[in-house]
Amino acid sequence: MQRYIVPRVQSIPPSGIRAFFDLVQSSKDVISLGVGEPDFVAPWHVRDAAVHTLERGKLAYTPNAGLIELREEIGQYMHDRFGVHYEPTSEVIVTVGGSEAIDLALRVLVQEGDDVLVPEPTYVSYAPVTTLCGATPIPVSTAEHGFVLTVEALERAVTPRTKVLLACFPSNPTGATMTREQWLPIAAFAKQKDIVIISDEIYAELTYNGDPISVASLPELRDRTVVVSGFSKAFAMTGWRIGYACGHRDIIAAMLKVHQYTMMCAPTTSQWAAVQSLREGRADTARMVASYNQRRRFVLTSFAQMGMQCHEPTGAFYAFPAIASFGLSDEQFAKRLLLEGKVAAIPGSVFGIGGEGHIRCSYATSIQQLTIAMERMQAFVTALRVEMPE
Amino acid sequence: MTPLQRQILDLLTEDARRDIRLLAALLGEDEAVVRDAVQALEDDRVIVKYATVCNWSKIDPQRVTALIEVTMTPERGRGFDAMAEHMYLYPEVRSVYLMSGAYDLLVEVEGANLRDIATFVSSKLSTIERVLSTKTFFVLKKYKQDGIIFEQRTKDERMSVTP
Repeated sequence: MQRYIVPRVQSIPPSGIRAFFDLVQSSKDVISLGVGEPDFVAPWHVRDAAVHTLERGKLAYTPNAGLIELREEIGQYMHDRFGVHYEPTSEVIVTVGGSEAIDLALRVLVQEGDDVLVPEPTYVSYAPVTTLCGATPIPVSTAEHGFVLTVEALERAVTPRTKVLLACFPSNPTGATMTREQWLPIAAFAKQKDIVIISDEIYAELTYNGDPISVASLPELRDRTVVVSGFSKAFAMTGWRIGYACGHRDIIAAMLKVHQYTMMCAPTTSQWAAVQSLREGRADTARMVASYNQRRRFVLTSFAQMGMQCHEPTGAFYAFPAIASFGLSDEQFAKRLLLEGKVAAIPGSVFGIGGEGHIRCSYATSIQQLTIAMERMQAFVTALRVEMPE
Repeated sequence: MTPLQRQILDLLTEDARRDIRLLAALLGEDEAVVRDAVQALEDDRVIVKYATVCNWSKIDPQRVTALIEVTMTPERGRGFDAMAEHMYLYPEVRSVYLMSGAYDLLVEVEGANLRDIATFVSSKLSTIERVLSTKTFFVLKKYKQDGIIFEQRTKDERMSVTP
């Protein structure tokens, strides 16, 4: 039936992660550092609140844009945490995870003939979703500047057809964050080129070198930015599929139009759980972030002891060590680490240009498991060095 | 108590086997600094002991725990302290708390079987001078102790690789 599939979908290559997943699944006794989700479960009070709404039968459709209670909480949260004001009734939309928000934002902002700047290495879905919209993803390399986006890199990549910059900081897979000062010249660039920024801030709470920032908190970018976020990472609610977008009312209204015809509304139970998370779960987030930070320090110390170069990740829950010095490609290294070292880490090239020569190690795993994983990696790289030519 | 000491306590109460090297890496501190902080906590007896939490019912189903409410007349000038000490020096006594409310001391006692505990209460506890009354409650099942859930239901349900 292949001939029935439209060329646009056929043109999208299967995810490199999928192939690696199959390999990991077929291996025994492996510790996986390949998991891109928290090892915490949502706090009990959040699950309990969800059960309570189920018991009371609060299961009807919600307004397309989401429960007003939730949009108000999101508005409050964006103000408290990032100092940006959004009008809950017109500038906030609740979506099925941050992923739907990215899809919606791209669908309303780009079409055939448009280009989307995608700083790489980055999350695997941006380029394919851009392609699905008929637009062309243009990779922007960040590897030369410690995985931070610069105007120089943007200038090299920008085209006359560029309409959107789709950025994700704190970054999956590199853990890089960007400061307000680093965003300032990019704000000027976006204004000059009349580009809209889709800023995936799903990892914003997981910032370890100061307060988290939102791109939209730069006044000149406030209306030019669609902030995409959700509850998966900061509130450990991945499977609940609940996210949101905030932005200028015109863009949110357009996103709402697509959302109401394609999704109707985000799952009602998850929306109530999200309300509970924002009302009473912020201390839980702080506790989880403190724990990730401990583990971040531990893996960095471990990599240093192994003599593995690793740019210091200041956000998310990933470390992105360089492995090129071992004379193997990242795919070869990851495969051998899996089969010989019994540790799963994702080859960096899966995440786009600049990812080659690196592996993504998620430290969202218990300290006990991480300790064993680091011992195994130490043994693995020691053995690799023995076989390396002088 | 310094913030560092607080973090050390949190990490050690989760798992007392974490060594200085691991603690130092987790906290981003020098090993010497962490060692000194732990030493200070031990010296001040904030850290009293590094013990193991056991689910004894797994290996010894006969073993019995009882909580005993004790009412008593306090001693002039010493309150309940001397009598509490008199109780906690028995090895059968696992814990002793001075309580507000309808009784004075809550005593946790462990024994090989029911008879053991009955004997202990009638011959040792009740005979302590100034003890007015005791009420014994047998524990049928222990679900959680010191913040640790005995039968952990949540295993890692995550897929091994996700983007």
